[in-house]
Amino acid sequence: MAADLSGIVIAPPTRKAKAAGVYRRFKRWPVIPVFFLSLVVFAGLFAPLLVPYDPDKFDLRDRNIPPAWSSGETAVKTVVEKVLINDRRSNVKLADAQEINPNAQIGDKIEVFIRPEGSTKFLLGTDHLGRDILSRVIYGARISLLVSVVTLAVGGTIGVTMGLVAGWYGGFVDEFMMRLVDIKLAIPLILIALVLVITLGQSLWIIVTVLCLFIWPRFARQVRGEVLQLKHMDYVSLAKVSGASTPRILFIHIFPGTINTLIVVATLQVGIVILLESTLSFLGAGVPPPTAAWGSMVSDGRDQLAAGAWWISTFPGVAIMITVMSLNWFGDWLRDTLDPRLRQLE
Amino acid sequence: MQKYLARRFLLAFVTLLSVSLIIFIMSRVSGDPRHIYLDDYSTQEDWDRMGEVLGLDKPYYQQYGIFLKGAVRGDFGDSVGEHRPVTEVIIERAPATIILGALAFAMSLLIGVPLGILSAVKRGSFIDTIGKLIALIGQSAPSFWLGIMLMFFFSVKLGWVPPYGKQDWNSIILPAITLGWYYAAANLRLVRSAMLDVLDSEYIKLARAKGVNSRTIILKHAFRNALIPPLTFAGVTLGALVTGSLVVETVFAWPGLGRLAIDALFSFDYPLLQGVVITFTLMYITAAFIVDVLYAYVDPRIRYA
Repeated sequence: MAADLSGIVIAPPTRKAKAAGVYRRFKRWPVIPVFFLSLVVFAGLFAPLLVPYDPDKFDLRDRNIPPAWSSGETAVKTVVEKVLINDRRSNVKLADAQEINPNAQIGDKIEVFIRPEGSTKFLLGTDHLGRDILSRVIYGARISLLVSVVTLAVGGTIGVTMGLVAGWYGGFVDEFMMRLVDIKLAIPLILIALVLVITLGQSLWIIVTVLCLFIWPRFARQVRGEVLQLKHMDYVSLAKVSGASTPRILFIHIFPGTINTLIVVATLQVGIVILLESTLSFLGAGVPPPTAAWGSMVSDGRDQLAAGAWWISTFPGVAIMITVMSLNWFGDWLRDTLDPRLRQLE
Repeated sequence: MQKYLARRFLLAFVTLLSVSLIIFIMSRVSGDPRHIYLDDYSTQEDWDRMGEVLGLDKPYYQQYGIFLKGAVRGDFGDSVGEHRPVTEVIIERAPATIILGALAFAMSLLIGVPLGILSAVKRGSFIDTIGKLIALIGQSAPSFWLGIMLMFFFSVKLGWVPPYGKQDWNSIILPAITLGWYYAAANLRLVRSAMLDVLDSEYIKLARAKGVNSRTIILKHAFRNALIPPLTFAGVTLGALVTGSLVVETVFAWPGLGRLAIDALFSFDYPLLQGVVITFTLMYITAAFIVDVLYAYVDPRIRYA
């Protein structure tokens, strides 16, 4: 006899249970970092289609306009016939005053905007030359993207090859490479990088070359460690016995075994490359101006702080922070997912 | 132990040599140094005499020898911009950087280590969340931006501390926080994960089973072993603080070596630049060396490896 279930109502999930489900999903999958990273990649790829203005177009009449939601700032000033430089803070010219209030007379007190209101024309405001910050932040993603992709490709290839060779042959080659890594760790590399970039000329390619110096050792060390383990595997011996050439063994048999950890290392290294590139461009040794790069935009804003223009530095910095944070977050997730052994590292 | 030290020493020597070679090559690649020393009114005779004095008439490898010989004696020639010996300028500027670095280092330990322990012991608590936040910001926000944001809030908006330079005792607060934050974050993460590992180990379980109180377990049994990873990292930190000072000193116009290096670089003052780069490398190497020795002392596995 079947149980009578007609009276049982399955309760719809409560709001709390639903929220818990969503929370679990967010915890399990890296939704947030992937979202931000896609945003950055999208912005970088389609920058010309997305921006409201040309990022390099400047107009001094539009300088230092705050973001759209900012309400501007006013001050009460005295209307005078001629404003002396030293009295600019407290006095205003008659003609200017009459623009606001046609009845203004000399000697009147009048409320004047000392910082304009934000306008929807420039969503994130403008910088000291009147360039649209939103457009520049979007174009800045391009530079960061380009630099990190090229650096990763070149530096990663060099590092992986050196790691494979050092791990496989051992002996002198290995010793030499590990000492190179040690030297890299023992010098103030960012200072050397600055000197190289300034002396050899500021171009994208020189910056990429210099950044490769930073990242290859991490790859080399990682791969070397893996090769040391993998080279004693049976399938490697088998390949050797069947007469496979050394390059073939290295690239066809051993290299695929290292890919999991390489993906993790690469993700985390991109964050480092982006930080380094922005540091170089902040210090004035990045992609030459007026090209929009996040680091140099932050640097532009530093001199405008005293005037209260916080937005020039803030937004590009937020862009860097969100990108790097997403990369770290995503990298950590990848590490936990792809290879639990790696959790101990870093 | 002696073999280990000897190896480290040799490595330090090779490092210093390669840095000096790079910086020497760069100074020659950038052009004949006489162009910066002499002005438009100099004659060919001045040019030749200068070449003789600086040894520019000799082949490059001999010039490098001359440079090394001077460097060993602490003589890097005269600064082009300041018209006085490079060593003098460096000695004058070094204290500001050392004080800043020391304060930032102390801060990174005083904040990072206790917070790391608390985060591990009270996993998932409010403190753990705060710790995560500090670590997250520290590891992803570029320090130059962090500095500018702090400067805006605490100097421009609130007016609590001076924004630039080294004016009052409180000028150092913001630069030190900016410089130390990243390392505080790194220490926090390291201590936390090391503590979690140790707390999970058999000997801690034994101690707990014996009925040793929590406090003793954490401070005596767990903490000591959890100190090894941050100690390893301290070497990297000390060295990296030197580099970090480049950025922070630029943001806050702090009159130290970092600022000096950037100024020398952009004014093509190569003698000064050479001096600063070598000084930085020396500081870097010394810090790493001290930590290596300390590390070998703390962890016997290394000494006898």
